[in-house]
Amino acid sequence: MSSIWEYANPKKFIETTDRILPALAVLTGVALLLGLIWGFFLTPDDFRQGSTVKIVFLHVPSALMAINAWLMMLVASLIWIVRRHHVSALAARAAAPVGLVMTMIALLTGAIWGQPMWGTWWAWDPRLTSFLILFLFYLGYIALWAAIENDDTAADLTAILCLVGSVFALLSRYAVNFWNQGLHQGASLSVKSGERMDMTYKLPLYVCMAGFVLLFVVLVLIRTGTEIRARRMRVLLARERMGA
Amino acid sequence: MILNVTDLTIARGGIPVLEDLTFSLAQGQVLVLRGPNGSGKTTLLRTIAGLQPPVSGRVEVQPESLVYAGHADGIKATLTVAENLNFWAQVFGNADISHALAAFELGAFADRPAGALSAGQKRRLGLARLLVTGRVVWVLDEPTVSLDAHAVAMFAMAVRTHVAGGGVALIATHIDLGLDEARVLDVGYYRARALAVDDFDGAFL
Amino acid sequence: MRALLIRDIRLAVRAGGGFGLGLSFFLIVVVLVPFGVGPQNALLARIAPGILWLGALLACLLSLDRIFALDWEDGSLDLLATSPLPMEGIVSIKALAHWLTTGLPLVLAAPLFGVLLNLPEAGYKWLILSLLLGTPALSVIGAFGAALTVGLKRGGLLLSLLVLPLYVPTLIFGAEVARRGAEGLQVATPLLMLAGITCGAMALLPFASAAVLRVNLR
Repeated sequence: MSSIWEYANPKKFIETTDRILPALAVLTGVALLLGLIWGFFLTPDDFRQGSTVKIVFLHVPSALMAINAWLMMLVASLIWIVRRHHVSALAARAAAPVGLVMTMIALLTGAIWGQPMWGTWWAWDPRLTSFLILFLFYLGYIALWAAIENDDTAADLTAILCLVGSVFALLSRYAVNFWNQGLHQGASLSVKSGERMDMTYKLPLYVCMAGFVLLFVVLVLIRTGTEIRARRMRVLLARERMGA
Repeated sequence: MILNVTDLTIARGGIPVLEDLTFSLAQGQVLVLRGPNGSGKTTLLRTIAGLQPPVSGRVEVQPESLVYAGHADGIKATLTVAENLNFWAQVFGNADISHALAAFELGAFADRPAGALSAGQKRRLGLARLLVTGRVVWVLDEPTVSLDAHAVAMFAMAVRTHVAGGGVALIATHIDLGLDEARVLDVGYYRARALAVDDFDGAFL
Repeated sequence: MRALLIRDIRLAVRAGGGFGLGLSFFLIVVVLVPFGVGPQNALLARIAPGILWLGALLACLLSLDRIFALDWEDGSLDLLATSPLPMEGIVSIKALAHWLTTGLPLVLAAPLFGVLLNLPEAGYKWLILSLLLGTPALSVIGAFGAALTVGLKRGGLLLSLLVLPLYVPTLIFGAEVARRGAEGLQVATPLLMLAGITCGAMALLPFASAAVLRVNLR
């Protein structure tokens, strides 16, 4: 029988990830190095933004992963609620700090980029504000995991928080858009936006995005493995106490 | 049978405490649970009351026929004794609390704030709640804590009246209630021997 | 259900129930703001709608942990969970009781505090309406947060961390109604959004809160 749920078995999960992780890590390193070197050194300066534009190669991929990490947590939470696979709950738990850091990188690089462009480190622009709110959601989610001792209780509560939080994060996005029509440029790659990117920037940016996606996958796999081993340790300790 | 427990395995904090527990209660029966501290009596009662799911096995009981009383009485200190009882009577769709006040000799305190009662009196108020619910299956966790001999006799009388009227009582207690008709079940016999390997936790090993 | 509502209100207004605490907190926030930003009437008039909304929100937050924590501590929550009342109903009723004892007094006191902050005359109507529509959402969302943290010691701080981000949309639309109302602008859109959030939260969140409570009780 071969189904994707096979990998919901912690043992199988660890075996598989241990096998593919080295290759995946190398691939991640190559993609990131290639993308960032290409982006930073081998692209021309923008005629308006100068070399500041090159921070886009960090800013856009991290912003992308900040949102996708939450989406992944949402899917993993749903899988936990519906099918109750422990690996799924642990993967959601493992992804949260990674998502938090990605959000932080997006905010920081945004501030560094915004200073020369808009003349300010921070503006209550809808996009910036949305990311700040997302940051708060990550903090709450991680804090709730940390506060509860029982693993299954924590998994249940954080999964429900993730679902409810997703709805409210989406609502906040619309609310913030309504509240302030900001100065942020449109999505960097969107077709509609006026300032479309040139191919010379797009290609290295795609490579960087792939690198960040791989980086996220690698980090989450490692962290999920760690969570599984920690959980296994607790089971073993409990069994030892039972035997005594 | 009013209450059927079949091959029940229960866990506290993810660790199984009792396994393969099977018993049943027919109309008019009392079952006293015994066992050392931490043997899983409270967990068993909470599982039967539907507050937590069993690891495996079945509990068959009409949920609408059951009333649970735990270690804490759920008494509000700023409400009077009558207000406390009236509240629970209304929650369970009843109105009359006088028989409950009488059975536990609380009539004299009816208008006193529950916070002013002694520990034993509070416990009596907590037990009087059982009478206003009108439920058939009593699931009681250490009901006699902080009761004096006289109050224990009151409680035993209430249980006797309850089962005489076709009720059922499942009581975890250490003391002898003086109920001759009660059966005794020592849960220590069902102590979980090995860690039950369920599909998920077992897969971690 | 009605018995539970009456009991909760009774508990709140009796000694030690904390009734009026939120109101006093609201007053203190409103009094402190001019000390912080200066006494210029024009400035206060400009920020009054936002400050009043924020003060009401914080005052509401203050009493959230009482919704379930007291019943948890004395065992009532176990007994309620095994009673004939459905958990969703218990959650909704408790949120309603919280609103009646915290939210509603805030709504009624807000115009009074508006005077202190020199709220423009046109704003009073919309301030009251926006608070009346928005504070129920604050109670329902808060009940969800309270249910999440009910079993935790020192859960108060975590409760704030969990609930405040959830309050963002309500605050934005609520304060926007009050601000636009005070400036004599169109209020229809934010008002509808605010009403929508409140209705949605009241209809759906009790299910999440009940699920969370069941998990916490086992």
